[in-house]
Amino acid sequence: MLQQLVNAISLGAVYALIALGYTMVYGVLRLINFAHGEVFMVGAFVGLAALSVFHLPFAAAVLVAMLGAALLGMVIERGAYRPLRNAPRLAALITAIGVSLLLQNIGMLTVGAAPNPYPPAIEPTPIPWLKEHARLVVTEQQLVILAATAAILIGLSLIVSRTKIGKAMRAVSEDRQAAQLMGINTDRVISFTFCLGSAIAGAGGVFYGVYYGTADPLMGFMPGIKAFVAAVLGGIGSIPGAMLGALLMGLVETGVSSVTIPLSSTETLSGSTLRDAVAFTVLILVLLVRPAGLLGRPTREKV
Amino acid sequence: MLVLRKVDVHYGPIQALHDVSLEIAEGEIVTLIGANGAGKSTTLRLVSGLVRSTSGEVLFENASLAKVAPHDIVARGIGQVPEGRRVFAGLTVLENLEMGAYLVRGRQRVREALEEVFELFPRLRERRTQRAGTLSGGEQQMLAIGRTLMSRPKLLLLDEPSLGLAPTLVQTIFGVIADIQRRGVTILLVEQNAHMALRVADRGYVLETGRIVLADTAANLEASPEVRAAYLGE
Ligand SMILES: Nc1ncnc2c1ncn2[C@@H]1O[C@H](COP(=O)(O)OP(=O)(O)OP(=O)(O)O)[C@@H](O)[C@H]1O
Ligand SMILES: [Mg+2]
Repeated sequence: MLQQLVNAISLGAVYALIALGYTMVYGVLRLINFAHGEVFMVGAFVGLAALSVFHLPFAAAVLVAMLGAALLGMVIERGAYRPLRNAPRLAALITAIGVSLLLQNIGMLTVGAAPNPYPPAIEPTPIPWLKEHARLVVTEQQLVILAATAAILIGLSLIVSRTKIGKAMRAVSEDRQAAQLMGINTDRVISFTFCLGSAIAGAGGVFYGVYYGTADPLMGFMPGIKAFVAAVLGGIGSIPGAMLGALLMGLVETGVSSVTIPLSSTETLSGSTLRDAVAFTVLILVLLVRPAGLLGRPTREKV
Repeated sequence: MLVLRKVDVHYGPIQALHDVSLEIAEGEIVTLIGANGAGKSTTLRLVSGLVRSTSGEVLFENASLAKVAPHDIVARGIGQVPEGRRVFAGLTVLENLEMGAYLVRGRQRVREALEEVFELFPRLRERRTQRAGTLSGGEQQMLAIGRTLMSRPKLLLLDEPSLGLAPTLVQTIFGVIADIQRRGVTILLVEQNAHMALRVADRGYVLETGRIVLADTAANLEASPEVRAAYLGE
């Protein structure tokens, strides 16, 4: 049971790192950035290059991946979304999907479709004390990833709550025109939001690669969708909501994976094959029961 | 200081302003009165760069604002208190005021602006750690005005500051408007409450379905039969 919790938190942490970008971008632009999963993927590959080509230490590789992803996020916003700022929302949505496919295909052209082995960076050997005394398999790698995730989440919270640009992000999320009337350059704030959200997803990409030992150009798809569901579950636009939603997704998914349903005397349905369906079930349930999400405020549609 | 010359504004196919011309000299309070949908807010949005004119010019201190971004218009010294307050509900009072000072450089200058606003609205000082969304309507209006004053505008655009306030609060707000003028700020005041607006203003314009139909000193407008009939309820 405790073991499941550890696994759930590890998974939830990665989802949180992706979900935050969705929720922040939605906050300032009211746009689901469907290319966000690909930013996560590119972050993973930048990290992979940093680790196995340039032999950088883990922390440096994470930083490089964050920078690369931030840059990509900025380019996506400038190139694809900014020209559509006043276009119908559907146009931006279709563009988002287009950017997502474009990045997947660029990925396949450059690294191929086959999974690339990802170096573990930190050996995933279980910590002996925990294994002996609590029969808990927790690796040093897991702990480092969790600690790094926690640091990123705390850093983000501080940026959003304390810094001038963070407050401006919240102001733009609430009322972009009123923010403009305060002298806030809203384009710059939106650009910053993309950078920040992308950087965090980039770190998530490295952690994911290290944790699962593989990376491929389509790796952003499933985690991207699940993180999106997590963001909706928590209340899209809400930062604490995204964190909570991600943790819950991690819990639910781990829980479902661990059960085995007997179908007949010879066949069983393993929960792990149901894992991916769970995300969509959660999405549908949330949209039916509580569209604003757990921590979201019911939105008044603004004109 | 501010000149609008023959401006038209369209929202898609709808024309909201027709050939509007008006002028404000430094130090004046000018009021713009008119019924619902006359185009008062559109005029203010135009000056702040939130909508653009399809013809005509907007000049501030002799320079055109046609291609100036809204945040740069603030930097040039035009502040607007939008209709309906539009405070940032999830931010605290202090954070709202900090956003108003977004372009002000230097902590010391922000602190001075803050002191001035707290002097004008002592209530805001008491509430500074409270979320703006939990303030009363009157307090939100004070915050909306204080927030815009944080940038120390030369020209202040006020869009219906008395809307929905109790009579005593309306008095307070108009007292503050006169006070702000005394501090050297030029004011363009949009109001439905023509009584109060004409009392505090030097001059006024009357807007009807997107056109300026009257322009005169406040005293003359208050005495004019058309205004008395249409806007003073007599
Ligand atoms: N975003 C918009 N899209 C389309 N039409 C608009 C828009 N904003 C305003 N209008 C129209 O332009 C005209 C002028 O509106 P405006 O808001 O300037 O009026 P107002 O004088 O401020 O009215 P009120 O006293 O009700 O605030 C109205 O007919 C309104 O319906
Ligand atoms: Mg109006």
